[in-house]
Parts: sequence; structure tokens; C-alpha cells
Amino acid sequence: MTEAGYNFAYLDEATKRMIRRAILKAVAIPGHQIPFGAREMPLPYGWGTGGIQVTASILGPQDVLKVIDQGADDTTNAVSIRRFFTRVAGIATTEVTGDASIIQTRHRIPEKPLTENQILVYQVPQPEPLFRLEPHRAETRRLHALADYGLMHVRLYEDIARLGHIAKAYDYPVMVNERYLMSPSPIPAFDNPKMHQMAALQLFGAGREKRIYAVPPYTPVRSLDFEDHPFRPIRAPHACAICGSTTSYLDELVTDDAGGRAFICSDTDYCQERQQAPKAAAE
Amino acid sequence: MYVAVKGGEKAISAAHAWLDETRRGDTALPELSVAQIEQQMALAVDRVMAEGSCHDRFLAALAIKQAKGDLIEAAFLLRAYRTTLPRFGASAPLETSRMRLRRRISATYKDLPGGQVLGPTFDYTHRLLDFALAAEGRDAPATPEAPTDMTDVPRVTEILAREGLMQREALGETEPGDLTREPLSFPASRAVRLQNLARGDEGFLLALGYSTQRGYGNAHPFVGEIRVGHIGVEITPPELGFAIDIGDIGITECQMVNQFKGSRTEPAQFTRGYGLVFGHGERRAMSMALVDRGLRARELGEEADAPAQQEEFVLYHSDNIEATGFVEHLKLPHYVDFQSELENLRTIRRAAEAELREAAE
Repeated sequence: MTEAGYNFAYLDEATKRMIRRAILKAVAIPGHQIPFGAREMPLPYGWGTGGIQVTASILGPQDVLKVIDQGADDTTNAVSIRRFFTRVAGIATTEVTGDASIIQTRHRIPEKPLTENQILVYQVPQPEPLFRLEPHRAETRRLHALADYGLMHVRLYEDIARLGHIAKAYDYPVMVNERYLMSPSPIPAFDNPKMHQMAALQLFGAGREKRIYAVPPYTPVRSLDFEDHPFRPIRAPHACAICGSTTSYLDELVTDDAGGRAFICSDTDYCQERQQAPKAAAE
Repeated sequence: MYVAVKGGEKAISAAHAWLDETRRGDTALPELSVAQIEQQMALAVDRVMAEGSCHDRFLAALAIKQAKGDLIEAAFLLRAYRTTLPRFGASAPLETSRMRLRRRISATYKDLPGGQVLGPTFDYTHRLLDFALAAEGRDAPATPEAPTDMTDVPRVTEILAREGLMQREALGETEPGDLTREPLSFPASRAVRLQNLARGDEGFLLALGYSTQRGYGNAHPFVGEIRVGHIGVEITPPELGFAIDIGDIGITECQMVNQFKGSRTEPAQFTRGYGLVFGHGERRAMSMALVDRGLRARELGEEADAPAQQEEFVLYHSDNIEATGFVEHLKLPHYVDFQSELENLRTIRRAAEAELREAAE
């Protein structure tokens, strides 16, 4: 049952068409930010309104939606967004990465490789990768047009000069299709390599900033680095306390007041699958 | 041994139930009706209509009730409702000289056509807490009403413009932009800037307007006029071909008169800062007029280095719905990014400590 009085997936069809046009343009120019007439949503700005509008525009009645925040399906905002779509679109939802046709995410890319039949929708707080270096958007537009990314290279170089290596741990800038510098949204740098040549379409929605951008399937995505200081993904050097994974991205939990720490998978579905796998193998 | 992260769904439902309960407060006391809010919290309703960008007193009052009196939250509720409404046309420009005035004051002329009308104002009240008001059941006696003069009241700026002392505004050829449909782009047209300010946060506008008076921006403003009242809104449906009145709205208009020292092409004259807001909102309309004039610095060939003169800065940060969403989103979990920062910091410290040890050996 969907909410009475609202169109399928909340947005009216004209708005969806406007957003789809922006998405098509974004796909045609990988990594380039397309301004769009973002609507005011019944969820607050900064809480995923861009991702929600993108998802609402591409969603069909047959789609199966998965929503994650921090890699987990059960974090409060992921629950709230999933509920929103159940309410206004009546679509099926899942927590299983492999079963979803659309995955909306905040701050993570699932550990399990995505397929050509899936679309990954990112919630983006700040689409402009240069904003800390140049706050005026009129100026950053010009820099993108000229592919003038010297500012960012200098910023990364300064880290190396001061600290010995690049100190950006998340929202680590990437070069898309060797043309546009792009914010991967605040995913940990650990996830950046997954964007490269990904089989799934990646869509990015920034509602408050009113921008959409995209990485089409099988597009080169390179994390900025230097020959003598190659990009290195960061991960806590531990194994998951539940499933034992030594390759997944981990959340750090404080277990007591005496310095006790535990590390568990941030991707809850991945962890669950690994817990069930040995059992299935034993049966 | 670890904190379970499951349970978000249940927690949300329980939190919302609790919110409903606290909204109602002590059930021994009568519940506040929407009509009471609309009548007795009229200025809060006006602010919510302005920032919610939707002129509907009932909906604004309902939003205030639902938001437990949090006016930004109420404006957010109203905005989220507003976006779902169909748009069937643009109104004709309001001719504010035809307003039915409740209040009209000018700080530039002692007397003028239409006169000075003080109206219902806090001005000149002594801000002493009225403890008699705490005792309920005291209805204010009705104030005698002078017969309303229905003739048009000319605007002060128009009186100046006829003498050539006030810069005339160019008539817009095209329909004004709408930032709720098209994203902002820069430089923004004045119409879009005014739309942005009209629904901007009152506190933000107030502080920016105030800053222009204190030297951050070269403002020398006079209140040419403030008028508060009601006016009919007209639209011309294409199938009719003539204008029809679709109802009245309450508005406050402020025109600030500012100096302009002239340029090579234009003689010295006054320029306008303009404010127009829904409801009775003098502080908001005045602040808007100050900021509007600040934002005209560049077009008038003035220096534009103060915050209130910087278009991108002002227009991108004026909206309290956007601002509150993004500030408050910091409450959402960020543990993935934070974990990355932790590892990063540990690595940097390990390297630095190793270097120190080496140096010591």
C-alpha cells in the first residue's frame, strides 16, 4: 500500500523527467556536476535528499531497493529512507546486496562486487571536490572547465611535505575518465578502488547543493596520487570480531572504559553472509 | 561484547511516539487549537509563512502546532508541503499603492499623502512584563476604528522618483526566475535574489543587514517607507484573457532610500533597497531591504568586499531549511569516516614517534 495522495515514489512525473534528464547528461559527461532543480523533500537537507530524489526518479514498481548508511541496513537514517520508499512507492526492499536492483548509500560501497544489473545511488553532502580550496562556485566551475586541478595537487603535496603521506582519509578526490575531478562522496578512501571500472552505474545526488553527477559502468576512476607516493587505502589492521574477515572495512567499537576495542565489519550484509557461509558449507 | 547496532526501526517508532506525547504536554491542561495559534501567535504564523514560502495562515498555524513551536521546523513542514502543490500560473505584479493599510510610516517625511499610520506596533511600548496578562480572561477592549480611506496611497520612493532623485528600476521583460524550480546560478538576477531573501532566515538577514550599518558595506539607509496591510492577488487565466482576483494576502513592504554618489554615466541620486514579505514582518522586511541594497554594490560600481555584498555568500547561506538540515546532519552516524581518520592519525603518530626515537638514539 502506498501513501494516498502522493504520486508513485513521491515526486510528480514532470519532476522525475527533469531529474532523469540531468542524470542522462551526467552519464554522458562522467564526473561532471549537472545543476538540477532539486525539490524540497519531506526529509531534511543533508540527510540524503539528493540520493532520495535520484532514487525516486529511477525507481520502477519492479525494483528491489536496499538502503545503507555507514555500510549498515539498520542505521536509523537508512531505516527512515527505506521506510519512506516503502510508504510512497510500495516497492520491495532487501538487505541482501545481491538481491537489490538499486542500492542507495551513504558513506560506503558494499564489499560484494556489484553487477551490470544494479545501480548504486550515493548521497552527497558536498559535490564540489575543490570547495575547501576555493569556496566560490563560479570560480570552481571555471577550474573544472579548464581541468585546472593544480590546487588539489598542491594540497596533497603539502600533506606529504608536512606529514610524510597524504592525510585524506575519506572523500578522497578521484579523477573520472581522466577528465573531471570528482568527490566520491564521504566514503572512506578504502572504498575508492571499487569505483574503478565498476560494472554497476554509479549515480550521485546532492539535494541541498542541487547537483547530480555520475560514473557510467566500466569507467576509469583514479584516486589522485603521485608516482613516488602512490594512493593507499586505509583500513584498521584487524580481523572482524564476528566473521573474521581481514579484507573488509571495519567499524571500531569501544567495549569498555579501559581502552578495550573491538572491530567488526561495517558492511552488515557482507558480515552476515560470511557468518552463514560456513554453516551452509557444513550442511 | 559489542554494542548491537540492530534495533533502529523500533527505536524510531518509539521516539516518534514519545515526541507525540511531549507535544501534547500536560493533558490536565486544554489542548491548543490551530485557530488559537493562528489568532494569538499571529507573528509566529507570519514568520513561518514567510520562511515556509507559502501564504496560508491555517497551514502555518498547523505546522507550528506540529513542530511544538519550533518555527524553523514549522517552516520546513510548510515547505515540504508546498513543493507538492501544482503551479497553475504567475500572478500579476502587486501594486502596493493600492494596499489596504493597517500601518504606514515614513522616516523621511514628517507628513505626506496618505499620512503616517502607526497601526498595531510594539514600537514605543515599554518592555515591562505585563503580569496582568498572566491572569487569563482579560480580553483587550476593542479599539475604535477610524473610517478607512480607500484612496490609493502613493509610495514615498515614487514621490522621489518623479523629481528624478530616485533611481527608477528597469521593468523586467521576462517572467522572474524561480529558485524553487531552477538551481541558483551566478550572477543571479535581482528578482531571484529578492526571492531568496524573502524566504531567508530572519536572524541571518537581521545580522547581515545590521552589519551593513556598522561599516561592513557602505550603507546610509533611510526608511523611506514601511507599509503593512492587505492586498488582492490577481491572475490572468489564459482561457479568460482578463485579470481575476483570487484572494487577499497580508504583506509588509519596506523601501529603504540609500545614497548613491553617481557615476560617469549617471548623476548622483538615491537608490532603493527593497523588502517585501508575507504577513506582518517589519524586522524581516527592513533587513531584507538592507541586504538587497548591499547586494547591488557591484551593479552600482561600488566596492563589494563586505559579507552582505557578496552574492554567493549571502544567497547560499540565507536559507534556514538548508542550513538547519546540513548543520543537524552532523548528528547522523559518521563512524566510517571517523574510523578512517582514527587509523590515519594513529599512522601519522606512529611515524612521528619512530622518528623521535631514532633522533634520541
